Amino acid sequence: MGMLFDIIQYGFMQRALISAIAISVICSIVGLFLVLKRHSLFGDALAHVTFGGISLGLFIGVYPLWTAYIVAILSAIGVNKLRESTKIPPDSSIAVLLTSGLAIGIILISISGGFTVNLYSILFGNILLVSNDDVIIILITDAIVIPVIYIFYKKLILITFDEKQAKVSGLNVTWINTLFIILASITIIASIRLVGVLLISSLIVIPNITALMLGKGFKKTIFISCAISIFSVVFGIVTSYYLNLAPSGTMVIIMISMFLVTIIAKNMKFTLNKVLVTKN
Amino acid sequence: MQPIIKVLKLSYYYDSIPSLDDISFTVDKGDFLGIIGPNGAGKTTLFQCMLGIINDYRGEINLFGSDIRQNKKTLQRVGYVPQKKSVEQTFPATVKEIVSLGMIGKKINKESIYNAVNFVELDAYTDKRIGELSEGQQQRVIIAKALVKDPDLLILDEPTTGIDSATQERFYDLLKKLNKDKRITIVWSSHDMNAVERLANKVACIDRKLFFHGESGDFFGNDERMKSYVEFAMQSHMNLHFRTPEDGDNNLEKS
Repeated sequence: MGMLFDIIQYGFMQRALISAIAISVICSIVGLFLVLKRHSLFGDALAHVTFGGISLGLFIGVYPLWTAYIVAILSAIGVNKLRESTKIPPDSSIAVLLTSGLAIGIILISISGGFTVNLYSILFGNILLVSNDDVIIILITDAIVIPVIYIFYKKLILITFDEKQAKVSGLNVTWINTLFIILASITIIASIRLVGVLLISSLIVIPNITALMLGKGFKKTIFISCAISIFSVVFGIVTSYYLNLAPSGTMVIIMISMFLVTIIAKNMKFTLNKVLVTKN
Repeated sequence: MQPIIKVLKLSYYYDSIPSLDDISFTVDKGDFLGIIGPNGAGKTTLFQCMLGIINDYRGEINLFGSDIRQNKKTLQRVGYVPQKKSVEQTFPATVKEIVSLGMIGKKINKESIYNAVNFVELDAYTDKRIGELSEGQQQRVIIAKALVKDPDLLILDEPTTGIDSATQERFYDLLKKLNKDKRITIVWSSHDMNAVERLANKVACIDRKLFFHGESGDFFGNDERMKSYVEFAMQSHMNLHFRTPEDGDNNLEKS
């Protein structure tokens, strides 16, 4: 804890911690619905499309974040339509999205002969480099995503549970799904700063699958997932700073460790219960 | 008196193959209509048309006096229990949370949720995850979800398929109670002809076309009609699980 207080006096560290906590909360909330809808890799695919969007922005000389938003949102809506209107399996449509984004990005980079921006930070993230503007964008994203999910919370649970029942309840399922996809897109774009394109699905998936082993009830599961995610990113940033490691990789390794510990603890509890039942 | 459901010359084609062909019938208030028909007969498609999930059909469906394609608000008066689907054990929503989803668009009333859970005899499980319950219990949760908004009409699509016979019997008692005590109109599709004979006051037999619609006694009490239904259904290459009067208590598996 002392180490945390030592480094928190640095401005870059304050920005890093605020951004990391804000990102981990929205990734956990949006991620739970994605995981339960079996769209875990959707975040990964969107991140790759964002890579294409950033490359496009750099190529045509527009602020890359805006092109990333436009390309990611349009692609997400397109893939959702593809999934609804054709019989293509969801994982295949996600694969189409993922590879298209990456291919466009690679072509644009090759045409331009490489960009001056640090490609490494797009691919792997670098939370220690976030600017004040980045922090504002991340906090605005939180201010949009959290209230909208709160308003549509019950409707999203019903759609996740059973889309047909949701339709019979009079919900406009297509509209709500589109809205959710847009929220997921802006969440992913905001999160690239933290872990980069390649590790984004870790933030979406790992805290949630860990929380699903522990939580009873939707709200409790969301809170547990947020807690796991916040702990991992804060601990990851502090550890990586002192051990001179890559922050994104450190955070993900901490999340995976918590996931493994939870599995082991659950199995030990199960075995112990079995032994006690046999003895009695 | 205006019927609760009026289906008029309903036809639906899936990839130019008729799933439903010129079907007409009505359901009156307080009716318990059992819909029977082999697999692939169009029962689920019929329900999806009635519930506004499928809209590109020919003909007309009126729910509570208005066209379902024009007025989806009438669905607020309908409770729907789909075919059993197993919920993953990790799905985090508790019984209480799932039942409360039935009140979307209405003010959450904890007492209504408690009453619905109590009615399906799951009060001991309110804080359990739905995925941790048995399949029969999960179906009762879905019924509670359908009941919590106090519906005038309950539509059940083969709700007991794959559920053990003891649980099925409890489920049938529950349906009977809903129809008799709460005066809820029920439309229910099933392969269990014994149960349909026992519970429903009206019967509709379909296999893409409507073979019979009328009083339950007029169908089950008429051996000739039953026989011709079996022929009609067998011609359609289906599986039917039913008992004829000649077979006494033996179940006959026709395929």
